[in-house]
Amino acid sequence: MASSPAADATSLPPRLERPFMTLQLAPPRHASGRRAAPRRRMARFDIKGMPYLLVSPYFLLFAVFGIFPLVYTLWLSLHDAELAGDRTFAGLGNYAELIADAEFWNAVFNTVGMFVLATVPQLILSLVLANALNKRLRGRLLLRLGVLLPMITSVVAVAVIFSQLYSRDYGLFNWALGLVGIEPIAWQNEKWSSWIAIATMVDWRWTGYNAIILLAAMQTIPKDLYEAAAIDGASARRQFWQITLPMLRPTIVFVVFISTIGGLTLFTEPVTFEGEQMMTGGTTGQYQTVAMFIVEQAFRGSFEIGYASAAAWLLFVLILIGTMINYFFTRRIGGAR
Amino acid sequence: MTNHKRFAVSGVMVAALAVATAACGGGGTTTPAGAGETTAAAEPVTINVHTFGGGENFGYDAAVEKWNAEHPNIQIKYTNLTDRFEDVYLPQLLQRLQAGSGAGDIVGIDEGAMGLMAARPQFFTDLGEHGLQDRKADFPAAKWEAGVNADGKLFALGTDIGGMTMCYRKDLFEKAGLPTDREEVAKLWPTWDAYLEAGKKFQAANKDAKWMDGPNTIYNVILSQEAPKNGNVSYFDKSNQLVLETNPAVKTSFDWVQKFSQQGLTAKLQAFSPPWNKAIKGGDFATMGCPSWMLGVISGAAGDENKGNWDVAAVPGGSGNWGGSWLAIPKQTKHPKEAAQVLNYLTGKEGHVAAFKEAGAFPSSIPAQQDPEVAGLKNEYFNDVPTGEIFAASVKDLQPVFLGEKHAQVKTSVEKVLEGMDQGAIGYDEAWTKFVEAGVKAAG
Repeated sequence: MASSPAADATSLPPRLERPFMTLQLAPPRHASGRRAAPRRRMARFDIKGMPYLLVSPYFLLFAVFGIFPLVYTLWLSLHDAELAGDRTFAGLGNYAELIADAEFWNAVFNTVGMFVLATVPQLILSLVLANALNKRLRGRLLLRLGVLLPMITSVVAVAVIFSQLYSRDYGLFNWALGLVGIEPIAWQNEKWSSWIAIATMVDWRWTGYNAIILLAAMQTIPKDLYEAAAIDGASARRQFWQITLPMLRPTIVFVVFISTIGGLTLFTEPVTFEGEQMMTGGTTGQYQTVAMFIVEQAFRGSFEIGYASAAAWLLFVLILIGTMINYFFTRRIGGAR
Repeated sequence: MTNHKRFAVSGVMVAALAVATAACGGGGTTTPAGAGETTAAAEPVTINVHTFGGGENFGYDAAVEKWNAEHPNIQIKYTNLTDRFEDVYLPQLLQRLQAGSGAGDIVGIDEGAMGLMAARPQFFTDLGEHGLQDRKADFPAAKWEAGVNADGKLFALGTDIGGMTMCYRKDLFEKAGLPTDREEVAKLWPTWDAYLEAGKKFQAANKDAKWMDGPNTIYNVILSQEAPKNGNVSYFDKSNQLVLETNPAVKTSFDWVQKFSQQGLTAKLQAFSPPWNKAIKGGDFATMGCPSWMLGVISGAAGDENKGNWDVAAVPGGSGNWGGSWLAIPKQTKHPKEAAQVLNYLTGKEGHVAAFKEAGAFPSSIPAQQDPEVAGLKNEYFNDVPTGEIFAASVKDLQPVFLGEKHAQVKTSVEKVLEGMDQGAIGYDEAWTKFVEAGVKAAG
C-alpha cells in the first residue's frame, strides 16, 4: 500500500523538454531580408549559444580546478615523481606498490572503520531526531534551528574543542571517567579510543544537518496517508515504519551518499585530533585516514607525489565502491523490493 | 629539525632583547667591500627574504632596518611566511622551486631539510660565484659543510645553531631533595647513567611529576652527542646509504630512551604538542634537553608565573648540536649578485648578533660568538643564567654530522615509534624491530 506513492515520488514528469521546443520555434521565419540578417544571427545565437555561454563559467572553473587536477593526478600517478625532484615513467608501479603497502591498507581500514562507527549511529539518531521535530512541539522553530547550530560551527573549531575534551591529562572526559574510578585514557593511543573520539566529532557536527534534510522530506509526505492509516487502526510506530520510512527512501539514499563521500574523505577531525600536522594519525597510524595518507606521502617528509596521486585515485575507486554498496543497501529500506 | 617551534620565543625574553637592541644599535660595520656602493642612476633592487618560525623567528627586523637605511639601491623585504617548517614552509618552497617562480631571493632552510636541498643543486645559486667562499673561516666546520651541495658547490650559509644544555625545574628539584644550584646540578649528572640514577631518586620522592617530558627530546640530545663518536653520521652514511640499524650511535640513543621509559621516568608526552606545552607550564616534569632555541620555547610555554622556576645546567655527556638554520639563494632569483650581498650581511657577524639579541638564536658564526654582546648575555627568565657563555662552550668542539637526503623522513618515522613505545602502543621487546622497519620504509 505504501510502496506505490514512493515510486511516483522518484519519477519526474517528462515535461522538461517542452519549454525549449517552444522557444526554438519562437523567432519568426519569414522576418528575413538582408538587413535583418545580423539581427537574426544574434537572435539565433541568443537562443542556441547563450545558454552555453551562461553556464560556461562553471564549466571553465570546473575544467581548471576539477578536470585538470583529475587528469594531472592520473598522469602523475603513472610516474615515479618527487616534489621538485626526478620524474620517471613507472606505469602501474605505484598502484602495485600501494596494493602491497600495509600502511595504505591500515589507512583504508581506519577510514572505513571510522565511517561505519560515525555514520550508522548518526543516521539512526538523525532519523529519530527528525521524527521528533516533525511532531507538534512547543518552540518547534527554535528546536529545528538548534539542531543546525553545530553545522555552522567551523570544523576546526569543533575538532580543537573536542581534542581538548579528550586530552589525556587535562581533558573533561577523563576527568568525568575519573569520578567513577576509571584510569585516564590516552585517547590517541588505541584504535578503538581514537576512533570513538573522532566519530563523536563527526556526529556532533553532521547529525543535525541530516536531521533537517530528513525532516524536510518528512514534511512532503501527504497527510492523508497518515489519516488513512490511522483510520485503518495503524499505530504511530506502524505509521513510521510503513509510511514515513519508505517515503523517505530517496532522501535517505541522498543522505547516505553524502555521508559516504564525507566519511571516506575524512580529514580535518583526525588531523586536528593529532595536534601536530604531520599526518601520521597517531604513533602507529591508529587513526590515519586515506586522505591523511595522501597528504603525508605528497607533502610530508617523503614528497612522493606520484605515489600520493595513485593513492588519491584508489580513494576515488574506494568511494565509488562504497557508494555503490550503500546504494544497494539503502534501496532495501522499508522492506520494499 | 623540530626547531620550527623554536621560534615560539617567549614574549618576556623577546621584549627584553628588543629593548636591548634598540638601546645598543650601531656598532661596527662588517659589510663586505662593494656591498655599500651606490650607483646613483640604478633602479633600486628589492631582495625578498623569506623565513619561517613563530615569535621573533629569524630575528632580522633590526638588521633589515639598518641595511635598508644604509643601502637605498638594495632594499630588503623581509617576510616570515609561516611558523611551521616541515608541514607548511618546506612543501611550499619545494613547489615554488619546481614551478620556477614564487620563492624568495633569499630563503631560510631548517637543518632537517638541508640534506634534501643539498641533493637538489639545480635549484640554487652557487655562492662561490659571488665570493662567499671566503667566509669559511667564520663558521664551525659542521655548519659550513652542511651548506655544500651534491655538486660540491657552496649553496647556503649558516644562521643559528642549537648548542646543548639541560633545563630543569628548580622547584620540583627542591621538593625531591635534589640540589638546585646549576653548578651542583651539573655535578649531579656528568653522565647519562648518573642522570638515570638521579631520575630514579627523583621519581621515588615525587609522585605528581615525572623526571622528563617524553622520549624524543632526550633522544635527539643523545643522538647529537653520539653521532660524532661514530664517524659523524646518524641515519645515513656519507654515501647516503641507510645505516640506521648498524650505527651504534642510533642504537645507543634508542637504548637510553627505552631505559628511561621502562623506568617510568617519562611523562609520555609528545614533544611540541599542546599537552606538552601545558605540562611545561604545569610543572608535570622536571628536566628537558635544551638546545639554545628551546629556552624560548620553555619561557613561552611556561609563562610569566613560572619565571625563575626553570633553570639551565650543563647537559650530561658533553657537547652536541640540535637544530639551526641556513640561508640560500634560489636560482630563479633575478638579482643573484645583490641577494648574495644581503646574504653575506645577514650571515655575517652583524646579522648574527642582531638576530641573537632579537630572537635568542645562538649564532653559528664564530666572530659573532666571540662578540662581547653575545658572550656576555644572560637570560633573565632562567635566573640570569649566562646563556652566551654556556652555549658558546657547548658548541666549541662541535663535529660536522652528516645528514642524508632523507634524514628528515627517517627522523620523523622513527621518532613516532619511540613515542608509540613510550605510550604503550608498541611493546618494549618489539620496539627496536619496529624502529628499524619504520626507518627503512621512510628511507624508501
